[in-house]
Amino acid sequence: MRHIISVILENEAGALSRVAGLFTQRGFNIESLTVAITNDPSLSRMTIVSSGSDRVLEQIVKQLNKLIEVVKVSDLTSQDHVERELLLAKISSNSKEGVNIKELVEIFGCKVVDVTDKVYTIEVSGKTKKINAFLDAFDPASIIEVSRTGVTGISRGKKLI
Amino acid sequence: MKLNGAEILIDCLQKEEVEHVFGYPGGAVLHIYDALEAQDKITHILVRHEQGAAHGADGYARTNGKPGVVLVTSGPGITNAVTGIATAHMDSIPMVIISGQVPSPLIGMDAFQEVDATGITRSCVKHNFLIRDISEIAMTVKKAFHIATTGRPGPVVIDIPKDITIAKMEVEEYPATIEMRSYKPTIKASDRQIKKAAEMLANSKRPILYAGGGCIIGNASNELREFTRMVGFPITQTLMGLGTYPMTDKQSLGMLGMHGTYEANMAMHGSDCVVAIGSRFDDRITGNLEKFCPTAKFIHIDIDPSQISKNVVADIPIVGQTKQVLQALIDQMKDKKLEDISNWWSQIEEWRKVDSLAYKKSPGVIKPQTVIEMLYEVTKGKAIVTSDVGQHQMWAAQYYLFDEPRQWINSGGLGTMGFGLPAAMGAKLAMPDRDVACVTGDGSIQMMLQELSTMLQYSTPVKVINLNNGYLGMVRQWQEFFYEKRYAMSYMDALPDFVKLAESYGHIGIRVEKEEDLKPALIEAFNQKDRTVFLDIITDPSENVFPMIPAGGGHSDMLLAGRDEMVSKDETDFNAV
Ligand SMILES: Cc1ncc(C[n+]2csc(CCOP(=O)(O)OP(=O)(O)O)c2C)c(N)n1
Ligand SMILES: [Mg+2]
Repeated sequence: MRHIISVILENEAGALSRVAGLFTQRGFNIESLTVAITNDPSLSRMTIVSSGSDRVLEQIVKQLNKLIEVVKVSDLTSQDHVERELLLAKISSNSKEGVNIKELVEIFGCKVVDVTDKVYTIEVSGKTKKINAFLDAFDPASIIEVSRTGVTGISRGKKLI
Repeated sequence: MKLNGAEILIDCLQKEEVEHVFGYPGGAVLHIYDALEAQDKITHILVRHEQGAAHGADGYARTNGKPGVVLVTSGPGITNAVTGIATAHMDSIPMVIISGQVPSPLIGMDAFQEVDATGITRSCVKHNFLIRDISEIAMTVKKAFHIATTGRPGPVVIDIPKDITIAKMEVEEYPATIEMRSYKPTIKASDRQIKKAAEMLANSKRPILYAGGGCIIGNASNELREFTRMVGFPITQTLMGLGTYPMTDKQSLGMLGMHGTYEANMAMHGSDCVVAIGSRFDDRITGNLEKFCPTAKFIHIDIDPSQISKNVVADIPIVGQTKQVLQALIDQMKDKKLEDISNWWSQIEEWRKVDSLAYKKSPGVIKPQTVIEMLYEVTKGKAIVTSDVGQHQMWAAQYYLFDEPRQWINSGGLGTMGFGLPAAMGAKLAMPDRDVACVTGDGSIQMMLQELSTMLQYSTPVKVINLNNGYLGMVRQWQEFFYEKRYAMSYMDALPDFVKLAESYGHIGIRVEKEEDLKPALIEAFNQKDRTVFLDIITDPSENVFPMIPAGGGHSDMLLAGRDEMVSKDETDFNAV
């Protein structure tokens, strides 16, 4: 099963490689990883998307907790949460769908952030599924390049992780 | 007062009450050595190889429970130490390793003797630090000792660039205590779990206690003894746990696992309630997990939550210090009425009668088992015994009946050949009044032989018991069983004359070839209180370690000496030696 794991850790050099190293060392699968500073500049938040059985997930959470710089670990999937991913995609306006680009942008509620003669750069944010659906709506040949951030997430309401 | 970084570092080590540092100098640590030379509270042991420094500090820590301290230079200094660091990591040994680093501006420039020390050691330490500013030294040392010695202990590396050791700053007070928001090692076990465990134990008909290294590291032997005697259950110990409960006691079933006793493994197999205390269901213990303890419920006590339900799912997990959890269980079970387990004990006595450690002597050759039995006799079971890795290690574990914790010092997790001799040196430094024996093999001893020189320099008299079978015996045994006796590279040709070798290092060497000479030689060795004595004992080259669970087997699939010398060929699904 797919899990979104949120990790609060000390904002220190080396902390990221410790987490990444743990996943390779123990053979845990990693689909995406995002990391950035939080409102407390001494802490970072990392969001990891991984998959595995409940037992594997239990080990992932325990092993993450064991890292000295990790302050808190939480499986967002098991609670009420909001998740988002950001996509930047360059779509060629030459292809047949060229006419459709604006229409699709409207349907998906996303933005054209840059246009050059033949290329539209589009920004989409949403759940991973929505981003996949957006990309599926185009002829693969018209997609020139994509850059995705991977998932970030947060629990809902007053609860902190 | 202004001090340089090296002086601050040494000052911090003194504040941590460090008495011995095992190390080897080099360019990146010369300022530190200069500061070390200017004081006399800390004794530096100059090893002959940095791996020896790490094993020496490790043996020291295992023997007296204090953190071992290592000092090495950058580049090859720290890479040489890595095997020793990994060895300590696998067995949860508290250690602080200080490595020099190239000056800060050169980091990342492929400078002379530069390696990414924190990168290389990341996966084999509990934690590591790269110091970036002189002002971080004191706090980093404080954190390093705190992390190394609390919770589940382990090695911590501090990498310190050379320029920082010569920079100066006004000294500040060394922090007396430390709080880290991301590291809270003291966990109080849940009362509810303790109550549930007590209930399950009181109702079990075929219980067994399975104690590991966590009882030794956690100084829980007294509580374990009291608890075990109070409940009257059988107890088996892992290779890492030997001595935490007296092996001569009638409730002790000896060691379990791949080379465990028949009674210990059969009792595990037949049990309805296994209590793992500071042990981690390692693959050498469990054998084939599918066949492991088919009828048991598991209570698992460990300080490290990640060990629980990793290999075997625990029915009642208890996260906490072995010492405190056992005390809580004693309190909880004091007045509880227990099931009558006399039938269980009668069954165990039947298994005991199999006498799985019996071996046949043959005339003209010395059996390695006899050597250990005689070592036990001559030292009255009181010596600290270190070992290397191989058959000799298993025989030492099986035939020397350890009655005290920290008496048996071996590399169980990593299985590092070369560990025994430097560890013995560390043990002797930690406990100068105790007899220390290093049980080793002709292969292993040659991996850290150079430390004989260190041992002369610092007068750490140790008795080396070399079970010389002319083979990498454990490898040979597996080849005999699983590779149709194709002995690829397990024969040790061109062995040195160990007697002359010992003598050339300034020690006493004695060669023993006949069984009747064995006891007098051992007595003579231990009478030489102030000398290291190297006993080169020629043992039966074809002897194998029994019992043995072949890989893929469960606890009831043991091979016994003289009964099933050979294994069927399709049992070749196993891990390497
Ligand atoms: C550093 C290292 N290399 C290789 C091994 C694999 N290994 C395990 S036991 C063994 C043979 C040890 O031979 P010896 O020290 O003579 O002991 P014996 O088994 O003969 O008693 C080997 C090569 C190891 N454990 N450690
Ligand atoms: Mg040998």
